[in-house]
Amino acid sequence: MSVPILKQGDYLIASIQSALTDSEVLKLRDDLADRVGNFRSRGIVIDVTAVDVIDSFVARSLQTIASTAKLRGAETVLVGIQPDVAVAMVQFELSLDPLLTALDLEEGIAALRRSTGGVDEDGR
Amino acid sequence: MEHAAESVPHVRLPEVDSRLLRELVEYLRQRRTELRQEWVRRITDAQLLGVMTPEEIFLEVTAVYDNYVDALETGSVETLQDYARDLSERIIRRGVETHEVLGIVLLLRDVLARSLFVHYQHDPDVLNRILDAYEPAANRIAVTVGVSFVEERERVIREQQAAIRELSTPVLQVRERLVILPIIGVLDSQRARQLTEQLLMTIQANRAKVVVIDITGVASIDMTVANHLVQTVKASRLMGASAIITGLSSEIAQTLVDLGVDLSMMKTVGDLQGGLEEAERLLGYKVIQAGDE
Amino acid sequence: MADERRVPIVSDDDMVTARAEGRALAAHLGFSRTDATLVATAISEIARNIVVHAHDGEIVLTPVYGDSRYGLVVVARDRGPGIPDVEAAMQDGYGSSNGLGLGLPGARRLMDELHVESEVGRGTTVTMKKWRDRDELERLRERRSDSR
Ligand SMILES: Nc1ncnc2c1ncn2[C@@H]1O[C@H](COP(=O)(O)OP(=O)(O)OP(=O)(O)O)[C@@H](O)[C@H]1O
Ligand SMILES: [Mg+2]
Repeated sequence: MSVPILKQGDYLIASIQSALTDSEVLKLRDDLADRVGNFRSRGIVIDVTAVDVIDSFVARSLQTIASTAKLRGAETVLVGIQPDVAVAMVQFELSLDPLLTALDLEEGIAALRRSTGGVDEDGR
Repeated sequence: MEHAAESVPHVRLPEVDSRLLRELVEYLRQRRTELRQEWVRRITDAQLLGVMTPEEIFLEVTAVYDNYVDALETGSVETLQDYARDLSERIIRRGVETHEVLGIVLLLRDVLARSLFVHYQHDPDVLNRILDAYEPAANRIAVTVGVSFVEERERVIREQQAAIRELSTPVLQVRERLVILPIIGVLDSQRARQLTEQLLMTIQANRAKVVVIDITGVASIDMTVANHLVQTVKASRLMGASAIITGLSSEIAQTLVDLGVDLSMMKTVGDLQGGLEEAERLLGYKVIQAGDE
Repeated sequence: MADERRVPIVSDDDMVTARAEGRALAAHLGFSRTDATLVATAISEIARNIVVHAHDGEIVLTPVYGDSRYGLVVVARDRGPGIPDVEAAMQDGYGSSNGLGLGLPGARRLMDELHVESEVGRGTTVTMKKWRDRDELERLRERRSDSR
């Protein structure tokens, strides 16, 4: 199942809906790289609320997404990491650098606005 | 288990014709596999012990069966009683009810009685004498197991109440987006792990952005617990919350340094009050930044 | 009694299946959600190693009981090229091809035990074990016996 990518203003939002195979992860990585270039997006939010395993391969792919985006001037925020997945990632000693993390979509977009210096449309 | 002999008076099963008894016990041992299976089947049919896995039921049933036959043989229920207490202790917390325990023992009594009936039906005289010997013993065993369970249950409830007071660490929401985790008492690695899970769930449920972990009430810390602390801070960050550690005594701080824990990745503030101020600053800072620009 | 579950590992779909089976067995044995996730993540790594380094193999999941607690054993077997230096492969950053060499050491940190047996040219067997947390009562009992 491929991951839908929505364009919302300057940002791209990818919501992973279910457990992904490695090839689906790679497809997401490539799709996001294409879109960031095409839309000149300034930020990416990847929602992993429905992801129950983040292993070395997924972490590495996410890092690649973030560094590729960074080269094009965009930040990447990972949102929705579940408590059990967070514990597993820490115990595994996986790194997510240079990704940002936030609690949920709303926080993710707020984090992008802060780090890309954008003005918050809600005036907050 | 030592407390087995404390509260229940020493019970002996009624004297039985020893030759008949030996025959009975021998028969039950020979049919062990088949009767055990039949018993498990009846337990499952009656939907007893629903909270236990089939593996668990099978293991327990095997032990109870063997203890049961031993009790018939020796006339002493002490070993069975100990086992029943031990078993009760393990299953009470899983939510197994008194009627289920009585139910399974009564089922075993029936399964065995039925099998004896079939086996000896060609010889009504022997059958009668066997059943006469078997029934009171079986009833006694059922009562013993039942009483053990109920007593154990009471004891466990008392102990659990004490344990809950001692173990529970409430995660407190101080204000919107800010929670405090006060850690009090002895931290071992399993409890530290449970606290981490509790904290992370609270971050999610309360949409917390800052967590203050107050360890004023922690007497001492070892490598395992120190690592848990570091891991908790990292995991909180993955979920989008920053963590502040407060109440780090100079002894504990020194221990952490000696253990080689990297304190630089943790934000530490002397006392809880200071930690809360820092937390407000963290929360407020972002509001001001967004509003000022 | 020990109903083992066997998952053939050939493609990356099978990794997802193995993960789900591992999680299901862990849940069935009463593991916490977090521990089930640790197990699923470790399985993901060794299943991928089969696909990437050995092409095909299998993963067998078995419940175990010992020391009055329940546990789960994962055995990953393949007849691939084997690992020339197992000890080195267990270190962070020993990756051949395009991996970073994080899989095996990471899986070891997630599980209670991890053991690799490998013979060059014949294949690799990775055995991992995880114990279920002692529940409150088992801990109380432990503490009681400590204080005696
Ligand atoms: N089943 C296997 N068959 C053959 N070689 C293996 C197998 N599993 C691991 N190895 C060898 O051990 C090395 C270390 O494995 P490990 O999983 O730690 O890293 P990786 O697979 O290279 O990278 P990563 O897992 O980080 O993507 C591998 O590079 C490979 O050479
Ligand atoms: Mg690997």
